[in-house]
Amino acid sequence: MIEVTVNLLATFRTDRFKDELQQVCEGTTVGSLVSALGILEKEVGMALVNGRHAPMAHPLSHGDVLHLAPWIAGG
Amino acid sequence: MDKIFRVDMSALNCSVEPVPSAWAALGGRALTSAIVAEEVPPACHALGANNKLVFAPGMLSGTTAVNSGRLSAGAKSPLTGTIKESNAGGTAAQVLARLGVKALIIEGIPKGDGWYGLVVNKMGVRIVEEKELIGKGNFAVIEALEKRLGKTGVLTIGPAGEMKMLAANISVRDADGKLRSHGRGGLGAVMGSKRIKYIALDGADAPAVPLADPAKFTAAARTFAKAIMNHPGTGQGLPTYGTAEMVNIVNAAGGLPTRNFMHGRYEHNEKISGETLRETIIERGGNPSHGCQSGCIIKCSQVFLDKKGKYVTSGLEYETIEILGANAMIGDLDVIAEADHLMDDIGIDSIETAVAIGVAMEGGVLPFGDGQGVLRLLREDLRAGTPLGRTIGSGAGNVGKLYGVTRVPVVKNQAIPAYDPRAIKGIGITYATSTMGADHTAGYAVATNLMGVGGGIVDPLKKDGQVELSRHLQIATVMLDSVGLCLFIGFPSADDPTCVPAVVDMLNARFGLELTPEWFGGLGVTTLKAERAFNLAAGFTNEHDRLPEFFREPLAPNGAVWDFTGEEIDQFWNF
Repeated sequence: MIEVTVNLLATFRTDRFKDELQQVCEGTTVGSLVSALGILEKEVGMALVNGRHAPMAHPLSHGDVLHLAPWIAGG
Repeated sequence: MDKIFRVDMSALNCSVEPVPSAWAALGGRALTSAIVAEEVPPACHALGANNKLVFAPGMLSGTTAVNSGRLSAGAKSPLTGTIKESNAGGTAAQVLARLGVKALIIEGIPKGDGWYGLVVNKMGVRIVEEKELIGKGNFAVIEALEKRLGKTGVLTIGPAGEMKMLAANISVRDADGKLRSHGRGGLGAVMGSKRIKYIALDGADAPAVPLADPAKFTAAARTFAKAIMNHPGTGQGLPTYGTAEMVNIVNAAGGLPTRNFMHGRYEHNEKISGETLRETIIERGGNPSHGCQSGCIIKCSQVFLDKKGKYVTSGLEYETIEILGANAMIGDLDVIAEADHLMDDIGIDSIETAVAIGVAMEGGVLPFGDGQGVLRLLREDLRAGTPLGRTIGSGAGNVGKLYGVTRVPVVKNQAIPAYDPRAIKGIGITYATSTMGADHTAGYAVATNLMGVGGGIVDPLKKDGQVELSRHLQIATVMLDSVGLCLFIGFPSADDPTCVPAVVDMLNARFGLELTPEWFGGLGVTTLKAERAFNLAAGFTNEHDRLPEFFREPLAPNGAVWDFTGEEIDQFWNF
């Protein structure tokens, strides 16, 4: 198992959480974690691993910080 | 028929002229920039008699097209020395369009030290002497004019504009009697130089805007509204959180200016986030989703109340929240909202002033995080025009010079807003090359850099594709600014193939024209080139299209640096 910090932004927080330290299996990708949260991949507007954009197939490593946001366009 | 209303403040007379054919198909920014380029000598003093202040409603303003009520204001900017177009919501553009005012051009400077107001109605413009409202804040002006004239549209300057501060704005009355602003570039100082305190727009008895093909217009307007509501950015994100939705997003991406652009993340980001703003507003019985103009269906504005439930401000934007909250490290929405209200009343740009405060903090004028100090500065110094108040009110660049600060985030002397260009490089190209000085709204690359709006993410930390992205966006933004559309229409325009054709159909149905979507591209190119030519004639060169040296230093947490060469930036103008 590895530890990953998951930060949810905007409406992804509704009925979930703001930030959480999660234990996940090695080999877990951004996409599989998104599915486990009950979020559709197409709903994700921005996925950042350690502050950098990452594709859904990106495998997570121990200590990674993941930010997930729905489609938000700007301000 | 639309007309040009011209006011000569030197002779104190007004005229109504036919629209020259070259201007007939223009509106908003395309028109203000064409008029300034044609009639204002580029080398003139921006606060002298040769500058002109031009207002033009968008081409669709006054119609039933949603989100089409933006008003453009143009002149030579006293802050930047460049050409300037700054647009705002509120009710003014819709009233001007119904009055048949294609553009209002104000020129000259009156003799003596008297002040004036302008009253615009369907007969033309009347110049009236003004005594009672001089020195008053914008909210008092709105209230007094409502008593005198009823609920007219109002353009007004506060004490900052009267004192010709370089960051002074022009405020616009909104539908609730509150304010929106032509914020950037010091156009309030230009209005003050012409000794005009307010412009009242009396739309009583003005007819509806005529439509060449009402049925076609209605069908296209429906498609347009649907495209806005279907896009997640304009249909969900902005109505829910307002523009402050960007605080957590930009913080996550490491581009949130903090401690005068020293860091890219702020540890108390949640205190000032869009999520917290929404919760706070709902808890206190305010309105989290409010439109700045009638016909707005995005409603990114809000009504913010204090802890006792009393109104504080509306239209509390990401830029103001971020720059005071993280960049000046105040981290307190109540203080920021109060500062926003004060800046609205004084009539000073909340971006320029907030960045100037960050620079002043680095210069030792007051400590970072001193929210009460900022409120005192606004109340006692800015409003009264003390030497310190005038210093802050002259913008971030001048504050930096006076206090010996080297970390001064400006381009062409206009403050860089709330996205660090090292971590979001596309917006850095816009800051560098915009004809307006640093301005995120001139080509909002953030949406593509971070969210992939318009066909996929352009990696914000790499140089690849940023010049092309900014160029494409700056050309497209001229369309929005000229039609009178809210900037956020850029999102459905980029992602929904029905959106731009619907705008073209509405224009054709309004004017009986046969424009094509390609016409917009040409309008964008022509306008940008006219603005650039003005700037070159005013003494600007490629060397002014550069970011400050300190952006070469790495920005935590990504270690990002601004690494574009001058030659790479200059490719922007190859079109």
